[in-house]
Amino acid sequence: MSVRSLDERPAAQEQPLSKARSTFVGSLGRHRLMPVLLLAVLVALAPLLFPSGFYYRIFALVYIFALAAVGLNLLMGYAGQVSLGHAGFMGIGAYAAAIGPAHFGLPGWLSLIIGAVLSALIAFLVGRPILRLKGHYLAVATLGFGLLLAIVFTSEAEWTGGPDGMSVSRLVLFGWSVRGSETWYWVSAVLFLAGAAIAYNLIESPAGRAMRAIHDSETAAGVLGVDVSRTKLLVFVISSVYASIAGSSLAFFNGLVTPDVAGFLRSIELVAMVVLGGMGSVVGSLVGAAVLVLLPQALTFLHDYEHMVLGLIIMGVMIFLRDGIVPSIAAAFRGRRG
Amino acid sequence: MAELLQFAFSGLTVGAVYALVALGFTLIYNASDVINFAQGEFVMLGGLVTVFLLAAGLPLPVAALLAVVASTLVGLALYRFAIEPARGANAVTLIMITIGASIFLRGAAQVIFDKRYHSLPPLFGDTPIRFGGAAILPQSLVVLAGALVIVVLLWAFVDRTLFGKAVLATAANKLAARLVGIDTRLTVGFSFAISAAIGAIAGILVTPITLTSYNIGTLLALKGFAAAMLGGIGSAVGAVLGGLLLGLLEALSAGYLSSEFKDAVAFIVILAVLFVRPQGLLGRARVERV
Repeated sequence: MSVRSLDERPAAQEQPLSKARSTFVGSLGRHRLMPVLLLAVLVALAPLLFPSGFYYRIFALVYIFALAAVGLNLLMGYAGQVSLGHAGFMGIGAYAAAIGPAHFGLPGWLSLIIGAVLSALIAFLVGRPILRLKGHYLAVATLGFGLLLAIVFTSEAEWTGGPDGMSVSRLVLFGWSVRGSETWYWVSAVLFLAGAAIAYNLIESPAGRAMRAIHDSETAAGVLGVDVSRTKLLVFVISSVYASIAGSSLAFFNGLVTPDVAGFLRSIELVAMVVLGGMGSVVGSLVGAAVLVLLPQALTFLHDYEHMVLGLIIMGVMIFLRDGIVPSIAAAFRGRRG
Repeated sequence: MAELLQFAFSGLTVGAVYALVALGFTLIYNASDVINFAQGEFVMLGGLVTVFLLAAGLPLPVAALLAVVASTLVGLALYRFAIEPARGANAVTLIMITIGASIFLRGAAQVIFDKRYHSLPPLFGDTPIRFGGAAILPQSLVVLAGALVIVVLLWAFVDRTLFGKAVLATAANKLAARLVGIDTRLTVGFSFAISAAIGAIAGILVTPITLTSYNIGTLLALKGFAAAMLGGIGSAVGAVLGGLLLGLLEALSAGYLSSEFKDAVAFIVILAVLFVRPQGLLGRARVERV
């Protein structure tokens, strides 16, 4: 997957340009991949503002979590299905990246792909019965599913190193060893942009319209001929692949994986990124991931008061920007203009 | 047999706490449609405030009473300053607010108290009572009796008093309740206060057995939520049943299989129940109106 997405980045940038050249400049702004192009420019320019090399590391984490958040946002924000166990899929990806090279001598990139396929397969098998549940029942079922995966990672110590976790060997692509924060900044950025581009494409596709119809009303969507359970399952599988690839990247980047990657708190954190940034907004997922990765870093000077302030900020954002940061701000701008 | 009895008793004791947390979930959910993930923090507050007031020299009953009052005030503040201003927001946003509140309360407890584990003296000593070959801690019986008293009092209150009926009416239909002259802000606020008080009492009762610390709330909220869903959200009897069942399942699988898998078994059963009955054990299946 990472190999393919490396090639996809230029495509994502050039496609809207080449198309728009022949038409009006105005249609450039309306093209569905325009936001991805703008994000790519931001991502490329961001390092100019970094005061130190440490920020490469932090922002690499932002992009990795943003990738998982975009996938979860497809499920929650667009299809309207909650998952409180998505870190479980991150765990599958992370442990695939660790176990593949360590126990089977597989190359890292192949392990990442195997992790993604495995996640998709498990999501497909589990998704059918779980997605029949609605609302809070779906929440508790996905929570239980995530917890079960975390328990497996903790208890199968022979394979996973148990609660202490295991080290992950470096990712090697075509003989090029991916190492260092700066390199990972660009690799994770490309992965995130590819994920965002795929998400934008999916949202505008017939399947995407079916997803959004289900969000508004399952019954109405069914009446209009949408295969509700199949569409929900499709989004669930896609979002599990996003989480799995993000998990693999996190494992390669950290060089270490512990069962925490699949834990309940991680799942909650992913949901928080989606909701804080804005459900149904791909850019929102990036903002949500940035807020939740950067805030704890920014608040360390508060020492013991860190968690109090973090809790207050989460509450404040949700009370005053209840649709999430990006949609609320966008709505405020629209309101001012007209 | 003695072994089974032993496991069953420890399961029921923990289950009683889950049941009380689940009951708190249910009260707040019925009144306001909010899934309150800060519910576990009330259990933490009840235990920790009592521990520290006791250490400050207050007698146990006074310390316990003040701890319940303090938690109740926190519950009211949660409603007034976090849930009320966000009314009308969607369910996930409200859940995020309660998660924010739970992070805040945990952080506050860590600053005001400390990060260590604490215990309280058991009410009737710690000499186990022999019963059918099993050794039962007297405090276990206190927890079970306490849970029973709370459930009965709550039932009597809701069923027998005018204000209780107003709370019930608010839960059934908020708009209709307001139309017949019920101050729904008062009844919803009251539901938050009561479920905070119930959580605090559970925390005080169980601390002598399970100890308490600033970070016990998350796991309890998770278990309480699972118990409430197992029983069927919105059903008070279901919440109590779900809690006891969850506690029993954990204790039995920890005893007969391995403590590693106690959560696994509990959640496998919950998943299995939801596949057969998507609305929980006692929940009513809802027909969606279009």
